[in-house]
This record gives sequence, structure tokens and C-alpha cells, in this order.
Amino acid sequence: MLRSHPSREGRPVALTDSGPIRWALTIAALTFLTLFLFVPLAAVFSQAMEQGWRLYWAAITEPDALAAIKLTALTAIVVLPLNVLFGIAAAWAITRAEFRGKQALITLIDLPFAVSPVISGLIFVLLFGAQGFLGPWLAGHDLKIIFAIPGIWLATLFVTAPFVARELIPLMQEQGAEEELAAVGLGASGWQTFWRITLPKIKWGLLYGAILLNARAIGEFGAVSVVSGHVRGETNTAPLHVEILYNEYSFSAAFAVASVLAMLALVTLAAKSLVEWRSQRVA
Amino acid sequence: MRIEVQSIVKRFGSFTALNNVSLAVESGELVALLGPSGSGKTSLLRVIAGLDVPDGGRLLFDGRDATRRNLRDRGVGFVFQHYALFRHMSVFENVAFGLRVRPRALRPPERDIADRVRRLLALVQLEALGDRLPSQLSGGQRQRVALARALAVEPQVLLLDEPFGALDAKVRKDLRRWLRRLHDELHVTSIFVTHDQEEALELADRVVIMNQGAIEQVGTPDEVYEKPATGFVFRFLGDVNLFHGRVENQTLRIEDTTFDMPIVATEDGEAQVYVRPHRLTLQAAPTGHGEFPATVERVNAAGPLVRIDLVAAWGSPLRVEMSEDRYRRLRLNLQRGSEVFIAMQQDFYVETNGHGRPNGVASTSRDVVAAPMAS
Repeated sequence: MLRSHPSREGRPVALTDSGPIRWALTIAALTFLTLFLFVPLAAVFSQAMEQGWRLYWAAITEPDALAAIKLTALTAIVVLPLNVLFGIAAAWAITRAEFRGKQALITLIDLPFAVSPVISGLIFVLLFGAQGFLGPWLAGHDLKIIFAIPGIWLATLFVTAPFVARELIPLMQEQGAEEELAAVGLGASGWQTFWRITLPKIKWGLLYGAILLNARAIGEFGAVSVVSGHVRGETNTAPLHVEILYNEYSFSAAFAVASVLAMLALVTLAAKSLVEWRSQRVA
Repeated sequence: MRIEVQSIVKRFGSFTALNNVSLAVESGELVALLGPSGSGKTSLLRVIAGLDVPDGGRLLFDGRDATRRNLRDRGVGFVFQHYALFRHMSVFENVAFGLRVRPRALRPPERDIADRVRRLLALVQLEALGDRLPSQLSGGQRQRVALARALAVEPQVLLLDEPFGALDAKVRKDLRRWLRRLHDELHVTSIFVTHDQEEALELADRVVIMNQGAIEQVGTPDEVYEKPATGFVFRFLGDVNLFHGRVENQTLRIEDTTFDMPIVATEDGEAQVYVRPHRLTLQAAPTGHGEFPATVERVNAAGPLVRIDLVAAWGSPLRVEMSEDRYRRLRLNLQRGSEVFIAMQQDFYVETNGHGRPNGVASTSRDVVAAPMAS
């Protein structure tokens, strides 16, 4: 995790297990990783390449696949800044302000993690769908949310809301507000205090949260599946497109698109490790 | 700037941190708020700084109401106990911060900022460390950076919360002498909080002694030490021995010993007598003016002051202090188990039925017995 620094002096003798136990634990962990992570990942790439480069390229440049990848990217671009803002605002409110219902807000922030993504999607169908709460009004104004792109954005926003806030709240609690108070005492405005003091203090935690948020926004399946309507070339995101291709027995094409998502995941992991490494060096 | 605190009340839930506190600090003064933890000294400082809003009372800066003036507009330099340096900025940028955040029209040009910061770093003797990050400094250096940063905006008032609290003993002493010289140079009205009586007495022009959310006494270091207004002040400003006795007809009796001196206690009755260790004397035999026997437990003669721990005949522990010179002239050759007689000199504090007053050579005349300031 972000704030656990490995001790440099090595562990005390009393906490060091004997040789065989250490080896057994290491082998168990590596076996688990191999079976459940490396092998599937390798399978994705090998399946995608099964029928050669040409077909692989054709599968991911096919118009529907490209549209799905573009929609996924667009969703991430829309959701990321909004939820970064929400995360900062929520963390600031919880750690810097005193108000009634603070505990309720902390619990509410975790709600999207607690409920199944399918239910998150259903919430929006119930709210905005044709039979839903606001359905008739939306239809009357010719607005389409469910089975359209706004629905996908809303569902993704909801599902990824907690990431930044959960990362920042403990960090900001630990750092306290004294530096901010000192800044205001020296004449800084609220805006100056945020940009010059708060943001530099939380930037690594913020970046870490944003990376996880981005990964989830790209990969979200359940909630998006409920609200998307699966219209090829229009409301299909990349994960949904993979499922459709798979259900149509186009295994190579399915794995080809999946491999794009897998590569994005690997890039995300690399970025996350880089941020962790940087933030530990700074701290 | 003159600061006037009028009947300030501050509560945290059901706890009253400041109970109707009034105080005036003159322009250019260096005042110490002294008291045990929970006495309200830090709460008072934070109210003056604008970090907390009081529940009642008024705060005047140069006669103008500043009770609700916000932190940013108060013109107060605040030095936090743990310094609150901006961890991601160099020492130079920390000090420059207050100048850089000024509105464009009031912001000095870059060259002037650099000049001013260099002068301040020279003032706090850190010229060479401008490029360092706070994490690369010692505690004493961080403290001085915090001070330079607060001074950069030319505050009307300087407030320091336990300024030496996080430093080791040697650095503390050096730094407090340095701070006194700095104050004499700059003459900024300054208030600092401390729980260390030695620090308050050495550094401050006037000392405000607080207890349980109220002010017990305000005075110069001499006044509060020599003429304590309350038993609390007497006990708090230095070591004391406590004896339980009786006062009758202006005569003090402790166990079997009657003391041959007038007592100015307000009432007759059970008495608590507080005596400083250096106001007790040792002698080999009784003279009949009021001495009680005691047994030596331990003699510590390291340093210029000899400290002798004893047990009184009735079993309670006590301590006597005297100069090394005087100890040698007494030629008592004390060892563990030695039997001696203890006499009390003037300048002790007697409390009967909850009312107390100093009993000393000076304080037997009425005019110097200060009325308690707490209200």
C-alpha cells in the first residue's frame, strides 16, 4: 500500500521465521500468482495471436471494436476529472470541516464498493429508464439516458466514486491542517492555500487514487452492461464488446480486444508502481 | 500593538477551557502564558490568533474589536508548536511564502522578496540553509525557520505555542536567550505559551499564570515568584514542601513543634503550609524557636546546589536545598540515617480553610498581598 514503507534495517530476529517455512510460504504465493494471474494473462495474449498478426489487427481495427475502444476511452476521460474533483471535495469536507452527518457521508462514499455493480446499474434504470421514476419526463423532453452514452457515464461515475476519496481521507487525516492554517495566517487565500499547500501535500495520494479510478472506469462491466443496451458501434464499451464477440464464438477477436484492455491494465499497474516508488522516495 | 482580552469564554462541549478571562498586553511586551496542561493557556493563545472563535467576550487590537476578524486579516504571526513548516518547500520558499501570496498590487518585486528573505534568514542565523527542505533541519533550526516565516509578513503581534516544547534541554536554553535578544531588537508584541516555569520567568517581561481556565496572577517574574497571589501560584512556581498543621492565635503548630514567628493566616484552623526547599535550614541541635527532627535519606551534592532528601519525625518526606558553600560551612557531615533538626524561614505560604496568603518578611505588610486576579 501507499504508506507502508519497508523497513531498511531488516526485521527483528524474533519476527523472522525459520528457513523452510519462509520457502514454503514464498512458493505457495508464487504458485498462486502463476495459476491465477500469469497463466490467464498469457492465455489472453496467446489466444489473441492464435490466428496471426493480420487477424489480430483486423479484429481490433474493425469499426465496431474501434467504436467500443473509443467509447471506453471517452468514458474514462469524462469520469476521471469529475470523480477526482468529487474525491478531493469529499476528503476535504470530511477531514477539514465539522458537520452533522459526517459519519453518514463516510459510509455513503463506500456504498458503490459495497453493492454489486449490477445493482448500481439497476439504480439508474429505475431512475431514468422508460418505466423509471424520471422516465416519462425525460421522454417528454426527448432526452435519452438509459441505453445511451450518458447512462454509461453515470453508471461508471457511481461505481468509481470512492477511489480518490478513500485514498485521500486517511492521508489528509494523518497530515493534519496546521500547514494550511499557517498559510492562511500568512495571508494566503483559500485558493492559494489549496494550490500551494494542500495539493502538493496530497499529490502522490491523489495520483494513486486517480490511477485506480481510471483502471476501474476502463474495466467496469456489470453496471455499464445493465444501462448500455449493447448497441454495437454506439453504446458498446470495450469490456461489453469482448463479451459479445465471445458469445458469438469469435474467440480470437474477443481475445484480441481483451488483450488491449489487458495492456491498458499493465500500463496502469506500471504507473501505479512508479507513483508508489516516487511517493516513498519523497516521504 | 496593544491587545485586550475582555471576559473571554471558550467551551469545548461540556468542558470550559476559558472561564471569563481578561488580560491586557501592552505594545512591545513579551508575555508568557504559564500553566499546567488543561489550564487554558493554549486556548487563550488560539483565541487571540483567531484559530478559535470564543463563545463569549471580546478581543481588542489597539482598541478595535477583533473578536471575529478572520485569521487572514489579523496581522498575527503564529508559530505552531510543531512549526507546521511547508514540507515540500525549501527554507527560502517557506520564509518567502507570506510575501508571495500577497495580491499582485501589494506584492514586492522578486528582488525585494529575495533581499527580505535573506535578511530574515540572517536574523535567525540560517543564511546557509536556504535551499534545504524542512525535513533536513534539526528541531532548533526548524523552530527558527518558523519564526522567520512568521516575521516575514511584519506582524503586529507574534504568538508562539510552546516554542521550545519539542527541543532538548541544551538547545532550549540557547534558543530562549536568543529569542529574548531578538525581541529586544524587534519589539513586536509577543505572547508565548509554556508549561515550564523556568522558561517563563527567564524570558518574559510579565507572566500570566493560568489554572483551570482562569488567570491566577499576572505580574513580572519577580512579583509572581516573590509575592504569589494564590497557593496555586506558589506551588506552581518552583518546588515546595507541604506540611499539615494548625494555626491558632497567629501561631503555627506542626505535629509537636510550635513555631516562634507570627502567622498572618486569615483564619484559625487546619493549615497547609508550603515551604520552598531553600527556605528550610538544617541544624545539629534545636534552639527552641521551632524546629522539628528529621532523618537524612539521601544527599546529592553534585553542582552548586546541595539537595538533601529527608523524612520528618512523623514520616512525611521533605527536601532541603542550600548552596554548596553554606553546606560546607555547616560541617554537619550528613549521611544516610543522620538525625538533624529543621527550622523554617520566612517566605512560606499558609492556607487555612481554603484561604491562603504568603507569610514572609516582605509580605507581612498589607500592601503587597495581592488580591487574586482570577474572577
